Formats: sequence, structure tokens, C-alpha cells
Amino acid sequence: MNLSQSLQSASLTDPGRVRDHNEDCIESRPEIGLFVLADGMGGYNAGEVASGMATSLISDGLQDAWSIPEVARRSRDEAKALSEKLIREHIGRANNAIFTTSQNNPECAGMGTTLVVCLFYDNFVTVAHIGDSRLYRLRGDLMEQVTRDHSLLQEQLDSGLITPEEAKLSQNKNLVTRALGIDPSVDSEIHVYETQPDDIFVLCSDGLSDMVEDEEIRLTLITLKTNPNLTVQQLVQAANDNGGRDNISAMLIRVTEPFGVPRGWIARFKALFR
Amino acid sequence: MAKLILSVDGQVLKEFNLSKERTLIGRKAHNDIQIDNLAVSGEHAAIITILNDSFIEDLGSTNGTMVNGKPIKKHFLQNNDVVEIGKHKLKYFNDAPQAATAADFEKTMIIRNPARAAPPPPKPADPGLGDTQTNLRPVTEAPKPAPAAPTPAAENTSPPAPPPARPVPPPPPPAPPPVAPPPVAPAPPPAPAAAGGTPLREAAIQVLSGAAAGRTLDLTKNLTTIGKPGLQVAVITKRPNGYFITHVEGATYPTLNGASLGGQAHPLNDHDLIEIAGVKMEFFYKP
Repeated sequence: MNLSQSLQSASLTDPGRVRDHNEDCIESRPEIGLFVLADGMGGYNAGEVASGMATSLISDGLQDAWSIPEVARRSRDEAKALSEKLIREHIGRANNAIFTTSQNNPECAGMGTTLVVCLFYDNFVTVAHIGDSRLYRLRGDLMEQVTRDHSLLQEQLDSGLITPEEAKLSQNKNLVTRALGIDPSVDSEIHVYETQPDDIFVLCSDGLSDMVEDEEIRLTLITLKTNPNLTVQQLVQAANDNGGRDNISAMLIRVTEPFGVPRGWIARFKALFR
Repeated sequence: MAKLILSVDGQVLKEFNLSKERTLIGRKAHNDIQIDNLAVSGEHAAIITILNDSFIEDLGSTNGTMVNGKPIKKHFLQNNDVVEIGKHKLKYFNDAPQAATAADFEKTMIIRNPARAAPPPPKPADPGLGDTQTNLRPVTEAPKPAPAAPTPAAENTSPPAPPPARPVPPPPPPAPPPVAPPPVAPAPPPAPAAAGGTPLREAAIQVLSGAAAGRTLDLTKNLTTIGKPGLQVAVITKRPNGYFITHVEGATYPTLNGASLGGQAHPLNDHDLIEIAGVKMEFFYKP
């Protein structure tokens, strides 16, 4: 079963117009429905080391551990639980590797990264995130922010100290409260969501979400939904047109058809002839 | 650091730095900013400062607190705001992140509860504002120009540690010398369309053939699609530097002045001819 038949995807990363190097890193494995985005920070130019380690270690690790023929023998609920467990485990390993590297290499001291991981399987998606990189979902005409930032600003919003309008004026936008690789252990937030055909998911770094209003992202997704490559180009271009003050990354996944796993012998038999 | 300048009748009295998480303003002596005037309540207002942001809150004063002429209960202070308490004025200045340092300033940083890095003293989680403030402190600063910043951990001075159990990529190549402004500075970011510069001229397209011939469509949105869904669709994007047309869907490309669009975006010039899904149209700038 190859998920890239049911999931149309496109991604793009760009240094933006102010920074001279790109500390964002993205990796997609559409065949197994895996998409990973990381926005590195800290150290002297070590942000890209942290984000690069995170995306490659997590992608490679999950590619090995998440064997679709084997997962297909389990029930749907078991598959959900397994996806959460494996993602948590591989994020933990990446955290260890980044933390150890930063402890042993003075030039990497203090490096860390935000993270969003999406693993699609059997009409659900398991989403893990750390920090202020985001996942949005467009369903019909409604766009929702699926992840809730681990940031100072989000805490202030939650406590009611600041309104969403005021938040746009805040000078504390760049402060995250969780990151991968800065402590010996990491607390990743993981949830499972059901998907529907025609859903569009967008993973992005704050270089997009800080520069382009949610409403503009929504209109872009609706207007250009038949062309994922053009959509991500347009999103990155809009962030650059608005100043491009940070690195910009966007990964788009469109569910073109249901991707349920056939269960029961009749369904499995039919699936052979699809 | 943000500061407040206290004045009365245009006479500057004193300047206060907002260095504390909570700065009290009132008539009584224990206030951080004491205003000895009967129009001012004993504890009149408080300013809560969280890193680069400050908020003012009226503490149920008798005569109230105004910001920029409006009475407030709580207000998120912005640069140049004027707080009025009785006849006294407090002007708020917060110009820390100026454009020159913006690139460094905006770098994502982590703030965390120090208790998590060190063995944690058990502490009940309290979502209250005061708790949040005391637990948070910046851990990493904006990157310094020095490549080898001294690390806080003492172990770093010991000989190289044994190789980690998992393979990790080698450390990055020696960092290049810091380049404060890139040698060949890229074009400065365009000013937001609204602020300064020449605003983009309004444009429209007029349909020249087919059933809708004669109709004009104003290009007011950032993205305007034209064509027939499922057959041939293009999008016109409105950008700070002009209008552009790009193919979106369909097996064949629309044409611009007779030439195929291909997969690229093309700038639109006044009176360009577009042909899409068998319909001719003209792009033009409005007079």
C-alpha cells in the first residue's frame, strides 16, 4: 500500500529575505505518509544542525520502525496507539542525539529546534509537535490551527492576559517554551485526528505564520487547491513579499481519496484488484 | 528596556525604567512610581512587564486611568502611549528592537522553567500570571559574534567524550566569520503595501470574447483565479511589485500575448492579452 496515491503533497523551504542561511529543515516520505518539519535555533549557526538532525533521525527512524505490512495486521486502534508510541520514541532519540551533540561541541552549545511530525495512515493522522511550528487544516472553507504553539505568547493568550488582536503587536513572538534538544528529555505533544477526503494539511514554520495572516493562508489554500506545488510557492512568496524576516517553510498534504486499510478477508481480497 | 517618563503640565519630572515584573503606581510612599497628588489613589495602577511587553492595569482607582485619552481597565502598552493619571502623564517608550538589530532580535529563543533543567523542586502548577513570570527566564541569548561561546556546562572542558551511542552527524564545519550585513545586501524587504512607497495601481481584466464579452473584473484580491475549473485555470497574483499570472490547472497552458505561459509566473503589463479556456481577455491598469 503506497500512501502517495491518496496523498498529494508539495513542500518548499526558503531562507527568506533577511537571513543569509536557512535553519529550517523539511523531510517528506510520501510513500509511508510521513512529513517532518523543524525550525532550528540557537548556538552559532548551529540551528540548522539541530533541525537537520531532527528531520533526518526521525524520518529514518520511523521509516524503519513503521512497517506498513506489519502495521496492517493490527486493528485500527492498535495502529493509532503504535503510531503515537513510535513517534514519541523517535522524537526522544532525536532529542538525545541533539542534546549530546550540543554538550560535546562548543559551537553547537544551546542549539535546539521546533518540530512538527505528521504520520498519515488508515484515514487518520498522528500529529506531534514541539514549539511554535504549526499544522493547519483546511476542511471545506474552514481553516483551523491544529497545533497549539508552545510559546510565551500562547500562554498569555490562554491566561487571557492578551487578546488575539493584541498578540499581533507583541514583541515576544519569538519565545518558545519547549524545544527539541535543549534538555536531556523532551515533552512532545501528540494527538490523533481523523482525516476526510479533500482535507488540506499545511505544516509550516513561524516564518510563514508570522508573516502571512491566517486569512490569507486560508484564501490561498482554497484558491489554489488543485495545484499543491503552486500553493506552497505562493505561500512562501507571500511571506517574502511581506518582508520575509525569517526562514520560511511550508509542507502541504491534500487527501485526494480515503486511504482506509482493508480489513476482513473480503475487503482484503477486493483490495488486491484495485 | 522600556521606560516611562513622568510629566505634569508639559514639565518632565522623572524617568522610570520598567525593570521589574510589577511596577506599582500610586500616591503612597511604597509605590515604585509615587505621584503625591490627591487625585491619585494610594495604589492606583500597576504595570506588568513580561520581557519586551508591558501591560498597565488600573487597580480600582477612584479617578481612573486613561491611555491616549481613553479610560482603561487593562491595556497592552505600545511605544509612545500616554498614560494619564489625574493631571500627571506617563509616556511609554519601548524602542528596543530597532530595525538594525531586528534580524538578530527576532531569532527564535527558548525560555523555560529552570526547574526542569535542574532537579525540580516540587512546585504546584499554577496557571496564574504571577507564577508564569517567576518561572520563566531566557536561557539562550541571541547568537553572539564569537564562534566559540563559552558554554555553561563544566564538562565541556574535559577531553572529548566517548562517541555517543547513536550515530550523529559530525559537528558543522568551522563557522565562517560573522558577516553582519551580507556583503552583497539583498534588496531591502519591500515596505508593506500600506505603508509608504507608491501603492500598487489598481488593475482589472476585461473579457473580449465569448458569452461574457465586455465584462470587467477588478483585481482587488491578492489572488484572482480565471478560467474554467477542471479545464484550464490560471491565477493572477497581486504583489507589491506588480501583477503576475501563473497556470494553476489543466493539461494545456493559457497564453499571454500568444505565447504559452508554461509553468512559470509571468509579469502582466498594461494591455496584455490573455487567452484561457477559449476566452480572450485583456489586462489593463485603471486610469
